[in-house]
Amino acid sequence: MAYSDKVVDHFNNPRNMGSFKKDEEGVGTGMVGAPECGDVMKLQIKVQNDTIVDAKFKTFGCGSAIASSSLATEWLKGKTIEEAQQIKNTDIVQELNLPPVKIHCSVLAEDAIKAALADYQKKSDGELTEAK
Amino acid sequence: MKLPIFLDNHSTTPVDPRVLETMLPYFTEKFGNAASRNHAFGWAAEEAVENARKQIAKLIKADPKEIVFMSGATESDNLAIKGVLDMYKEKGDHIITSSTEHRAVLDTVKSLEGRGKASATYLSVDKFGMVNPEDVRKAITEKTILISIMLANNEIGTINPVKEIGKIAKEKGILFHCDATQGVGKIPVDVQDMGIDLMSFAAHKMYGPKGVGALYVRKKNPRVRIVAQMDGGGHERGMRSGTLPVPLIVGFGKACEVCEQEMTKEAARLTAMRNRLEASIMAALEESYLNGHPTNRLPGNLNISFAYVEGESLLMGMKDIALSSGSACTSATLEPSYVLRALGVGTELAHSSIRFGLGRFNTDEEIDYTIKKVIEVVTKLREMSPLYEMAREGVDLKSVRWAAH
Repeated sequence: MAYSDKVVDHFNNPRNMGSFKKDEEGVGTGMVGAPECGDVMKLQIKVQNDTIVDAKFKTFGCGSAIASSSLATEWLKGKTIEEAQQIKNTDIVQELNLPPVKIHCSVLAEDAIKAALADYQKKSDGELTEAK
Repeated sequence: MKLPIFLDNHSTTPVDPRVLETMLPYFTEKFGNAASRNHAFGWAAEEAVENARKQIAKLIKADPKEIVFMSGATESDNLAIKGVLDMYKEKGDHIITSSTEHRAVLDTVKSLEGRGKASATYLSVDKFGMVNPEDVRKAITEKTILISIMLANNEIGTINPVKEIGKIAKEKGILFHCDATQGVGKIPVDVQDMGIDLMSFAAHKMYGPKGVGALYVRKKNPRVRIVAQMDGGGHERGMRSGTLPVPLIVGFGKACEVCEQEMTKEAARLTAMRNRLEASIMAALEESYLNGHPTNRLPGNLNISFAYVEGESLLMGMKDIALSSGSACTSATLEPSYVLRALGVGTELAHSSIRFGLGRFNTDEEIDYTIKKVIEVVTKLREMSPLYEMAREGVDLKSVRWAAH
């Protein structure tokens, strides 16, 4: 199967590949997928004043899965929590020209974003409770 | 050195220039139909076909009359299994095969089963991918009419104890079909010594053209009869109607002749090259696992799983090397390799497998390049892998509760 130029570019030059410390302040971590399914994505956001100031990913999976998560980190940076919630898998499909068999890669990326946001919310709620 | 490098010689092989040269006249000046009995064009074609039949028979120690031309090994597998079942259905309907056979055998048997025309036993294999001949013996029932076991596996290269299976088949009076597509031309095949009654193989796996193959059908001890699955002009002694593709057959014959003459030397060269590729990769990359038998396998085969990285992304990272993977993402069925699963390889490692298929035209320089590239890409993708990171941190990946999707 031929990949789109954008998938190839993200694969060869992944954006924001790496990790934050999970317990670092303002960091939300989302990990989705399973090794036996052939893809696992870890997506992390760093939030300051309700804005995502940095994002990182690590992905085990095919080229389209790597590209989807790399693109997701690019899009997340600079967005507010509210805006980040709006990112849809179909946006990723469109941007990367993913063929039908690779749509699940974009779904996984959306799930990873949602999981990272939820983890951040949970952590910050916890911190608030502790502060009280 | 030219890029891309072709290291997928189990899927197909390039036509050897010596083979192509012998084929060319049969497209133009010697274009006759081998079935035309009344003019020089037909005679020339027939002579060429019969010469090829001899060359092919010689390679597998058969009689030329036992070679039936086919379009390829898939058709040979179909004819062998369906043809035997149709011919001997009064005697029984049970087929013994193995779980790592090529889909041309498995799907043929499953389709017959589904239509209620056959019952089948799918033997499991050991962790190296080998069928145990004693399992074959135990699976035999009064209804068994055919044993179909491959010579060498197309993914992992493991060579089956075909001679032992042939002996059991003979002892029990059951026909033995062997899909030898990956083995013929690469390792010695002797249908007498191995006790094979029907055998499938194809030209394009041994530096001949695509579109032609053969079914060996034993004529003596016992005389095997099959019901044709293609009706028509009664070519090939009624077993396979259809005008013979003379240029392809001529090429097939020449390919067999070259293989016969050069097999010993070529096998030694490929084995040395393959062993160097394997040793260099294994030494540089921890948690790389060999799939298949460590020694009893095809000279040019190497199948390795690289833990924590997915196969399709590996292929993408090495796009100037033509390889294949057992990953679900690279298969038409979107399931990871059933062959690796049958060996007991975990799903995650099946997703991480790469098959290297070395062939006649690969060079040491290409192998050097491949070693470098594999190490570079696996290392890069492991850095990118959350699984590798977790494993480094001491997390037992099996204890993690993954959100399946």
